[in-house]
Amino acid sequence: MSIDAKTIQGETFVVNMGPQHPATHGVLRIKLTMDGEFIMNAEPVIGYSHRMQEKMAENRTYGQYFPNTGRIDYAGAMIYNFGYACTVERLAGVSVPERAEYIRVITSELSRIASHLLWFGPFIIDLGGLTPLLYSFDDREIVLDLLESVSGARLTHSYFRFGGVYNDIDDDFMAGCRTFIPRMRERLTMFRRLVTDNIIFRKRVEGIGMISPELCRKYGATGPVLRGSGINYDVRKNEPYSVYPLLDFDIPVFKECDSLARYNVRMEEMNQSLRIIGQALDKLPTGPVMAEKVPRNLKPPKGECYFNVEGARGSFGIRIISDGTEIPYRLKLRTPCFANLSLFEEASRGMLLADALALLGSLDLCIPDVDR
Amino acid sequence: MTELLSSEPIRLLVFLVGIIAFVGLNAAYLSLLERKESAWFQVRLGPTEVGPWGLLQPIADGIKLAGKQIIIPDGVDKILFKLSPVMIILPAIMNFVTIPFSETIVARNIHLGLLMILSFTSFNVMGIMLGGWASRNKYSVISSARVVAQNVAYEIPMFLIVISLVMVTHTFDLRETVLLQSGGFWNWNLFNFGASPLMPVSCLMFLVCMLAETNRSPFDMMEAESELIAGAMTEYSGMGFGLFFISEYANILVGSCLLTILFLGGWNCPFGLFPGLHWFLIKMYCIIFVVIWIRWSFPRIQFYGLLNLSWKILIPLSLVHLLLTCVMVKIW
Repeated sequence: MSIDAKTIQGETFVVNMGPQHPATHGVLRIKLTMDGEFIMNAEPVIGYSHRMQEKMAENRTYGQYFPNTGRIDYAGAMIYNFGYACTVERLAGVSVPERAEYIRVITSELSRIASHLLWFGPFIIDLGGLTPLLYSFDDREIVLDLLESVSGARLTHSYFRFGGVYNDIDDDFMAGCRTFIPRMRERLTMFRRLVTDNIIFRKRVEGIGMISPELCRKYGATGPVLRGSGINYDVRKNEPYSVYPLLDFDIPVFKECDSLARYNVRMEEMNQSLRIIGQALDKLPTGPVMAEKVPRNLKPPKGECYFNVEGARGSFGIRIISDGTEIPYRLKLRTPCFANLSLFEEASRGMLLADALALLGSLDLCIPDVDR
Repeated sequence: MTELLSSEPIRLLVFLVGIIAFVGLNAAYLSLLERKESAWFQVRLGPTEVGPWGLLQPIADGIKLAGKQIIIPDGVDKILFKLSPVMIILPAIMNFVTIPFSETIVARNIHLGLLMILSFTSFNVMGIMLGGWASRNKYSVISSARVVAQNVAYEIPMFLIVISLVMVTHTFDLRETVLLQSGGFWNWNLFNFGASPLMPVSCLMFLVCMLAETNRSPFDMMEAESELIAGAMTEYSGMGFGLFFISEYANILVGSCLLTILFLGGWNCPFGLFPGLHWFLIKMYCIIFVVIWIRWSFPRIQFYGLLNLSWKILIPLSLVHLLLTCVMVKIW
């Protein structure tokens, strides 16, 4: 149920939602101009957790900037490590051993599952169902334990290095992954039965929060938001990197454009990530996990490079301009959440407050990723 | 003991203290039950620190709430702001005056007891509305508007169901309603197919209306935490909030008592053995368990979904039920 914003002539009032509102998940602030419960205009106000990530890159060496990448989108930190490592490696011409590539894919996909689980619970909380959160965190805990065993950190991993990864994975990690895959599959079926097929849940998300493919193109939305609008675009398939071309997996695409489509994309993506992890574990070759002779203070030659990877929330791109010194001349981050949030203003116009919050939840925003 | 109770002032005092203690203790320990139950559904433990099995947690919470400073924000309507928690808690407690817990335990049996309870339950909307209105918080005002629309929408099917039931029992007297259902469970109004084949459905509808009337999830439009922060209660602190909290549980208690009396045979045993207070309490707490169970299992429904459910499903269905009952009463 929504109305055309132009048809309303009545009195409007402004509601300031956030930065401490329970539904904004972090420090997002939205200035809502409302007529009753209908939203006339929603203006996101960002910058509450701006940390100058781009400027910080300009006064430290390539290696020193590494931990920062895990703090941009802390929910899917491993994939951001991946993007930064790949960009610098391409710029400096460093090659990565095959075993390291496989380990990178396994840990990235685990991180993607952790990120989607972190979205799943709070999204249902936005709709008023409080219980699934604890179940999704139960599974996320296993993923975090696995990632902690290789990287030493539970949230802001800094596991990758230029030319490979910091540590080789051990048998415990492999066994843990192997037991996690069937368990998670079972849980996904359980989530489907308990949450996805719930009638109230379906009424809340089916046909509500429409984002047309044109709107996605206009604002540059990527990731599950774009795939929920029926556009088959995934960096892992369209601009393949690492060993993704050697693995067999599908890109889930749903044409309905509503909140349920975006929900379905993420749930199916977790399934595909499990497939990728299983295959990568089977194909894992032996060998070193670090390239030889990568200098500690990397000095890439003069030039520039753009590289993007498929983050948990969409396409994450980094552009680095090097002037031949050990410090980047300029580093530009293209984060998916910023683009995904931009379309909220247009998409939420004329919606009811409760529906707009469901739409906001289905965008899966990570506010530090917006503000960076 | 019975002789002592027969003297009117002492009887009055005993029931006054008894009812307030009953409501207060239930509000405190239902909050513990709610936390424990939600913990079971969410594979957690719930409160365990204060007392054995967390049993002293409600007392600690009560002391904390009572010790908090009551903040009255600038620009609120002070009189209404202070009055509204009282306006919510008083009618909720008033309802217990006429609820018969067993054949002898009833504070004051009134011939129009059912009517009295229905009128006092509608009173509580006014308290919430005025509280939200007086808060001068935009979220509270939205919440107030929602509460009024919701309660009006759900009172109609509730009244229609009660009217159909009264047509069968021919009385507004709650004690008599229970006495009519004495014997085994086949005598309960729930299974009174002779009066209307839709009787179990109407019991279910009554439960749904009761959830909506008490603003419980999935109809918690008033609180709607992820939309309106805490709705009408946003600006309340300390015991002001505490009274809202107690009245929520008191209203659930009234609703479950009413459901027990009207449909589940009150203090009667399902098999006709040993009727008494214990059966009433067992039935009441089972209903409360279900109410809490529903809250932790379902997401919240949209506001227009809530109104659609009432106007498009519950009201037509209860009208059909009313008509059917009319016909059946005429035939038999």
